[in-house]
Amino acid sequence: MTAYLIRRILYALPIVLGVNLFTFALFFVVNTPEDMARMHLGQKRVTEAAVQAWKMERGYDQPLFWNATAEGWQALTETLFFTKSLSLFTFDFGQSDSGRDIGYDISQRMWPSLALAIPILLVGLLVNITFALLLALFRGTALDTWGVVLCVGLLSVSGLFYIIGGQVLIGKLLKLAPISGYDVGVDAWKFLILPVVVGVLGAIGSGTRWYRSLFLEEIGKDFVRTARAKGLSEIAILFRHVLRNALIPILTGVVVILPGLFMGSLLLESFFGIPGLGSYTIDAIQRQDFAIVRAMVFLGTVLYILGLILTDLSYTVADPRVRLN
Amino acid sequence: MPFQPVILATDALIYLLVLVIVGFVAYARRQPHLLAPWQQVARSRVAMGAWVVIVLYLFIGLSDTLHFRLADGQDATGQTRYATQVVSLLDVMADSLRERREKTYSAPFATHLYSRETIDLPDGGQQRTYPPLRYGGQHLADPADRTWDIIWRGLVGAASGLAVFMLLLLLRYRRRAALGELWCAPERAASRTAWAVLAGLCLLVGAVISLSMVYHVLGTDKVGEDVLYQALKSVRTGLVIGTLTTLVMLPAALLLGAMAGYFRGWVDDIIQYLYTTLSSVPGVLLIAAAILMMQVYMSNHPAEFTSLTERSDFRLLFLCLILGLTSWTSLCRLLRGEALKLRQMDYVQAAQTLGVGHFTILWRHIVPNVMHIVLIVIVLDFSGLVLAEAVLSYINIGVDPNTYSWGNMINSARLELAREPVVWWSLTAAFGFMFVLVLAANLLADAVRDAFDPR
Repeated sequence: MTAYLIRRILYALPIVLGVNLFTFALFFVVNTPEDMARMHLGQKRVTEAAVQAWKMERGYDQPLFWNATAEGWQALTETLFFTKSLSLFTFDFGQSDSGRDIGYDISQRMWPSLALAIPILLVGLLVNITFALLLALFRGTALDTWGVVLCVGLLSVSGLFYIIGGQVLIGKLLKLAPISGYDVGVDAWKFLILPVVVGVLGAIGSGTRWYRSLFLEEIGKDFVRTARAKGLSEIAILFRHVLRNALIPILTGVVVILPGLFMGSLLLESFFGIPGLGSYTIDAIQRQDFAIVRAMVFLGTVLYILGLILTDLSYTVADPRVRLN
Repeated sequence: MPFQPVILATDALIYLLVLVIVGFVAYARRQPHLLAPWQQVARSRVAMGAWVVIVLYLFIGLSDTLHFRLADGQDATGQTRYATQVVSLLDVMADSLRERREKTYSAPFATHLYSRETIDLPDGGQQRTYPPLRYGGQHLADPADRTWDIIWRGLVGAASGLAVFMLLLLLRYRRRAALGELWCAPERAASRTAWAVLAGLCLLVGAVISLSMVYHVLGTDKVGEDVLYQALKSVRTGLVIGTLTTLVMLPAALLLGAMAGYFRGWVDDIIQYLYTTLSSVPGVLLIAAAILMMQVYMSNHPAEFTSLTERSDFRLLFLCLILGLTSWTSLCRLLRGEALKLRQMDYVQAAQTLGVGHFTILWRHIVPNVMHIVLIVIVLDFSGLVLAEAVLSYINIGVDPNTYSWGNMINSARLELAREPVVWWSLTAAFGFMFVLVLAANLLADAVRDAFDPR
C-alpha cells in the first residue's frame, strides 16, 4: 500500500510540473509582465518608469528562465519561473497584486467554502439516492417514465435559474431566509440554508438520473435474479443487494470530488455573498489579479490529482476484489 | 449589388460544418449500414418532436449567420457605397423589432414605460407619470381596448400560422391516402408527433409575429431594446458555442486518441501525459486564465481588430477554442480506449500482415469505427456547452459584452431583480429560450445515444 502510494505520488509529480509550466507559459510568456503592467496602469500615457516601478514592486522584473546577470545557482533561482511558479510547490503562493498574502487568504476563506460544500454534498447524496431508489423500485411503470422526464427537464434548466429563482422566491417573496451574506461562527447557518437548498435542487436532475442508471445496471445482474428466486421481497433486494453493490461506484464518485470541495462553488458563493474560495477566485478574475488566479489553478490541480489518488485507494477499501500492484 | 457579403471567422466555420453535414447526408443515403441507426432515431417520437424544435433554432441561427453590408447610396464616381454596419438576414427579417427602440424598460405588451418620469404638461405645469411608449401599443385609440386587441391579433396570427402549416402538410402529402396513413398508422407515430409539434410551433410563431408588429411581446430592456430581438439574436451564439466548440478540437482529439490507442508504446505515453495534464487543470480556471490572457492581448493590440463585430466574433471563436481545449481530453480518452480494442480486431491484424501502412490503417479501419463515439460525444456535450456559456458570461469570462447571448442577457438583468416591482421579462426570456433548446437537445441526445451506443 505505502509503496503504491509513493509510486502514485511520483507519477503525479510530472503532471503537476506540466501544469505549472503550462500556466507559467500562459501567464508570463504569451503576455509578458510588461503587457500586464500596461493593462493595469492603463494603455496610454503610461511612462516607462511607471511600468518598471509596477514590475519591481511585485517582483516581475526578473528574467523568465535564466538570469545572466547572477552568479552560479542564482542564475536559475533569481528568475520568474523559480520565484513565481516553482515556489507554488512549497505552497508559498506569494502576494496578490493588491499586496495581500494569498496563502493567508486561502486558509481563511477555506472554511466558509467547506461549510457550504459539505452540506450540499451530504444532503444531495441523500436526496438523489432516495429518488433514484424510488424510480428503480417502480421501474417500467408510469412513475419511472415521468420521473425520468422530470429529471431531464430539471437538468435542462440553467444553474443560474435555480439561484436567481431561489433568491426571488424564497428570499424576496416568502422571506424565509436572508438573500445573501455571511456571519462568523455558528450564526452562519441561516445564511447557508438558501444556498444549500439551491445547490441540492440544481443537482437533483443529473444526480437522480445517474444513480438510477447505476441501480438499474445492478438490478440486471445474476445475483439479483437469484435473490429474487429465493423469494426475497423487492425492497429487501433493493437495499441489501442492489444498493450495497452500487455503493462502490457511488463511493468512488464521491471520493474523487472530496478534495475539490475546498475550492468551493464559484456561482453559489458569489451570488450568495459567502466569503469562500469560490468567490475569491471570481473576484480575482474580475479584478484581473493574475497572482491569485495562478495560485488557484495550481491548488485546483493538486486537489484534483489528490482526488484521483484517493479514489484508487478507496477502491481497495470498498471492494476486496481490487488489489493495488 | 444591393448588398456586400461579409464572412466572419465563425461564419466560415459554420458554412464548413453545413457543407460537411450535407456531404455526409448525401453519402449516407446510399449506405444502409450508416442509415440504420438514424432510422432508429427517426422512429422515436420524442426525438422527432425535439428535432423539429431544434430545426427552428437552426433556422434562426443560420439566418443570423448570413452577414452582409447593405448598400448605402452611391459616391461621387457612381460606385455603390456600403454601410459600415454588418447586418444579418435575421436583422433584416426582424427589422421592425430592431428599429423600434423605446427609452428604457417596459413590460411585455405594455403601452407605457415601466418607470415614472416627470413630463412637462402643455399648460406649463409638470406631472410625474408613466410616459407612453414610442411604438408599443401606439396604434390603440383607447388603451382600455388592449386586452381585446392582443387576443384578436394573436388569433389572427395563429390562424395565419395554421394556414402555413396546412400548406406545408399538403406540400408534403399530396395524396389523401398518404395523409390518412399519417393520421392513423401506428408505424407513423413519430412523424405524427413531429407534425404535431410543428403545428404548435406554427401557431406560436404566427401569433408572436403578428403581435410583435405593434407590441413588445417580451418587453424592452434598460436601453429600450426589444427583448424578443435580443433572445433571437442569442440563438446563434448558443448554437455556435454548442457545436463549434467540439468541432474545433475534433481533429486533434481524433488523431491523438486513435494514435495513442493504435501505436501504444511511447506515443501512447506522451499523448496520455498531454491529456492528463490538461484535464487536471480545473476547467473554469483554465478558461478564466486563457480569457484573461486574451483580454490583455486584445487591449495591447487594438490595431488587429478593425471593427467591433470582428472583435466580438474573434472572442467568440476564441471562447470556443478554449472551451474545446478543456473538453477534448475526455473524448481523446474514450477514443484511445476504443482504438486499443480495435487494434486487436482480425481485420486490422490482417491489414498489418498484408503490409498496409500504419496511417492508412488508422484512416481506413480505426477512424470510421470510432465515429459513433465522436457523434455521441458531440450530441451529449451540446446542451452542457449552451448552459456553460451563460455561466461563463456571468463571471465575465464568456462572450464579448457586445455579443448578444443569453448569458449576457441574464447578467445584465440580474441586477434589476432588486427593483420593485421586479423586472422579470429579460430573465424569463433568456431562461425560456435556453431551456427549450437544451431540453430538445437533451431529448435528442438520449435517442441518438440509444441508437448508436452498442452497449
